Amino acid sequence: MERVPILKIGDVLLVSIQGDLDDQAVLTLQEDLAEKVVTTSAVGVIIDITSVEIVDSFVGRMLSTIAGMARMLDAETIVVGMRPAVAITLVELGLTLGGLRTALDLEKGIALLGRANESAETLTAVAK
Amino acid sequence: MVDTAEELAITSNDQVVIVRQKVRSTAIDLGLSLIDQTKVVTAASELARNTLVHAGGGRARIEIVQAGLRRGLRLVFSDEGPGISDLKLALTDGWSSGGGLGLGLSGSRRLVDEFILDSEPGRGTIVTVTKWTR
Repeated sequence: MERVPILKIGDVLLVSIQGDLDDQAVLTLQEDLAEKVVTTSAVGVIIDITSVEIVDSFVGRMLSTIAGMARMLDAETIVVGMRPAVAITLVELGLTLGGLRTALDLEKGIALLGRANESAETLTAVAK
Repeated sequence: MVDTAEELAITSNDQVVIVRQKVRSTAIDLGLSLIDQTKVVTAASELARNTLVHAGGGRARIEIVQAGLRRGLRLVFSDEGPGISDLKLALTDGWSSGGGLGLGLSGSRRLVDEFILDSEPGRGTIVTVTKWTR
């Protein structure tokens, strides 16, 4: 079965979804990511959907579930690269993915995670 | 009037993927805009999955139809599953009998131009959707 590779850059996990995944591959990715967040102590997860042509309710739910799971494991999730047609379709489908953070591209996503970490460090410094 | 038609079986997750791909290539051939392609492929994905999850499988028929000067992509999803007893409830956002988000039927209805749900308990379900070129 197709398995989506999970890359690690520093303390961030990067997943770039390529091609058309079947539902089982989507569920496997969800489980693999949760596992990997813990084993690598990642603080951020970036899911790149630049090549994804459609996001239906199943994939949409996977994105929300990953974000929720990662949050409980102390990591922030950012979905990057959503195509305009996908965004329009998701809203009409009735899936607004509330609570999911997005950025227009990978660079902006990484910057967003960096800022989140900086403010966390500042807070820690202030607390000390 | 039906110009072309093709029928695909839906009995596994990979066949849902094949249905998506075939609907996309037909939508491109027909000249649907990128946004309309995305909408109709997303609707097809929801409806093909419904067939698999709720009825254990079924068929997807992909047609190019013509009405006057308009051409359209028509998809017919049929199964011999348990059928739907309350059509109105099944079309309600957020209502699900299968542990999903409850957006499959109601959401795909919003993504297409025409949507016909035909089902009765014990007789299976037929969902027919059409997206017209603009």
